[in-house]
Amino acid sequence: MEQFSFVFRNAWLIPAIPLVSFAVLGLFVSPISKRLAGVIGTVAIFISAAFAFLLAWNYFLSPAGKEHTALIAWTCEWLRYQTGLTVNIGVLVDPISVLLMSVVTTVSALVHLYSIGYMHGDEGYGRFFGYLNLFTFSMLGLVVAPNIIQMYICWELVGVSSFLLIGLYYQKPAAVAASNKAFIVTRFADLGFLIGIIILGYYGYHFFGEFAPAVASTAVKNGVTNLQPFDFLYLTNSAVLAKLASINLHFFDISLLTASMVLVFMGAAGKSAMFPLHIWLPDAMEGPTPVSALIHAATMVVAGVYLVARLFPAFAASGTALLLVAYVGAFTSIFAAIIGITQDDIKRVLAFSTLSQLGYMMLALGVATMAHPLGYSASMFHLFTHAFFKALLFLAAGAVIHAVNTNNIWEMGGLAKKLPVTHATFLVATLAISGIWPFAGFFSKDEILASALSGGHYVVFAIALTVAGITALYMFRIYFVTFWGKSRGDAAGHAHEAPAVMLLPLVMLAILSATVGFVNFSDYVSIGEPIEHHGINSKIAVSATAAALTGVFLAIFFYTGQTDRAAMMSRLLGRIYTLVKQKFYIDEFYIFVTHQILFRFISRPAAWFDRHIVDGGVNLSAWITRTTGGKLRYLQTGQVQVYSLWFVGGMLFLLLILWAGAR
Amino acid sequence: MIESLSLHKPHIEHWLVLSAILFAIGLYGLLSRRNAIGILMSIELMLNSAVLNLAAFNRFVAPASVDGQIMALFVIAVAAAEAVVAMAIFVAIFRYRRIVDVNRMDLMKD
Repeated sequence: MEQFSFVFRNAWLIPAIPLVSFAVLGLFVSPISKRLAGVIGTVAIFISAAFAFLLAWNYFLSPAGKEHTALIAWTCEWLRYQTGLTVNIGVLVDPISVLLMSVVTTVSALVHLYSIGYMHGDEGYGRFFGYLNLFTFSMLGLVVAPNIIQMYICWELVGVSSFLLIGLYYQKPAAVAASNKAFIVTRFADLGFLIGIIILGYYGYHFFGEFAPAVASTAVKNGVTNLQPFDFLYLTNSAVLAKLASINLHFFDISLLTASMVLVFMGAAGKSAMFPLHIWLPDAMEGPTPVSALIHAATMVVAGVYLVARLFPAFAASGTALLLVAYVGAFTSIFAAIIGITQDDIKRVLAFSTLSQLGYMMLALGVATMAHPLGYSASMFHLFTHAFFKALLFLAAGAVIHAVNTNNIWEMGGLAKKLPVTHATFLVATLAISGIWPFAGFFSKDEILASALSGGHYVVFAIALTVAGITALYMFRIYFVTFWGKSRGDAAGHAHEAPAVMLLPLVMLAILSATVGFVNFSDYVSIGEPIEHHGINSKIAVSATAAALTGVFLAIFFYTGQTDRAAMMSRLLGRIYTLVKQKFYIDEFYIFVTHQILFRFISRPAAWFDRHIVDGGVNLSAWITRTTGGKLRYLQTGQVQVYSLWFVGGMLFLLLILWAGAR
Repeated sequence: MIESLSLHKPHIEHWLVLSAILFAIGLYGLLSRRNAIGILMSIELMLNSAVLNLAAFNRFVAPASVDGQIMALFVIAVAAAEAVVAMAIFVAIFRYRRIVDVNRMDLMKD
């Protein structure tokens, strides 16, 4: 690895710096000075980001980067179960991990900077920066994981930091409920992931002797000296996957590989909030806005997409699992987009938009194959562009909320003049997410649509195209209602622009959102066969732009000038409108299932069993002891001669035994 | 008879029987006396029967050594110390309750 020099050998510093910073902040700094906590936390992430950029620069310009080779930059043994079965921790450097490292550190650094202004004067200021650092460390640890165990551990760590940050205002009951909901729903999904890992690990280890020598000999060029059954390099090897796919479970006639991949996808769907596990994400908006921008838009929620991408050869080897990914992604994207049109809370609209865009990434992965991997690049491309414009949308929304103290778009209005910088950056992000040329979203959406069409998935393509239109509609809806027209609330009339420390990240993200689309992405991030270079397909570009413009014009028609048209439309739709507005009653359905079915038919009998059988057993043994003791206490007369009588009797009895034994 | 007695020298079994009789008397006293001082005396009697055993075995089994006699002296010393402590306790109880009947000493029951 001569060509990589310093930064490659020290790639472990990228996740390590936020970890150290977290520990220092939590233990020493934040009790002393909150101000200093913000500065140190931010500086640490900026250093980490600088390292990530250096690494990306070195990697993508090196021969290994051009061939998309995965390299192990650093590794050490962490858990030893037995000889030949250890779990290592390490840093895997390959196109997607380098990409994610850059994205995570960039967005995280800008969000940290923004938070210095946004969280100013907040009670949880020091704590907040500590948690943000913890999250950044966990996310980077997840991204660089060379094996599935490290990934799972960091996977749970990001879940915990998300939980802590959603519940930052722990005095607020809604925040507590939202943090619990997020944690429980994702944890439930992680159960599937864990079972998937166990199945993969068990069979991976079972066939390890058979395949390891061949895999290890090819893995030497990746810098792997100590191949383990949990390593991605081993688990995504085509021979291993073919073996796993050949084992039939005799259960719905699915193969072992499909079963484990579906279980792993369950974890990915939970983290990336795919239908039907999406319910936690809109509620997670109870956390501070920078948290929503960093965790629930740009980074943590794409962990699911990243997981599918990381195990993409395995998903591709099991066609069924990949098809599931495609359809769950497509359904989520249109489902969430439709709900997004009707929501009034600006952050919730953005949350549903995140769901929809995550669905987009999933469907792009789902339509890709190892032979035609355009969707894979497209998905990662969209992840890349989405991270910037969605973080920007949230941060700009945060600046708006900061100015008007409400989340309800109908209490805003007319903010374009009062918040010029926020307005301009929000507009850039809105154009980017709507897929208007030349902003970033246009290019990544175009690639996704092209991959769906060229893969022959016409239904998915149609859904994706529709979603592109709906996206433009709901984004321009909140844009017009928030920034145009007259101010509809007192606070909106007296709004002031945010401080410079908040505007700087907005501007930087706006520049990124406007320009990153021009990166020739599939040259850098790809998998499998080389992609036949397609550039911009004019038919797809025209249809996508037409869909987006339709959405924009609908938004102009309904939401500029007098907004009676929208109200009339919602009255016209009646029941359907209510159904969508209530998010298709999914939350109510879950509450019904948990309260009426789970609690009544499982929890109550379990509680009865616990109270009567388990506790009863314990009480019975206590009762027996007490009763026997109560009877035995009559032996304790307190009279010395009775005791001596017992003593003499016992002695005689012992003598008798000795005498009998001696005979 | 006097002649035969005067001619007869007591052997080890005689001493052992004597010791057993003393021990049995002491044990009976321990279990039946109500007066604490009587019990103390009974214990002394049992200790002395043990001392007699020691001395007898010394004399008849290993006449050359003095181990048994030394042990007997130790037991006497310990018994004296024990008697002092026990008597002190009984005096204290007597001052408090004007009585040393062990049947009435049942405070440890509860």
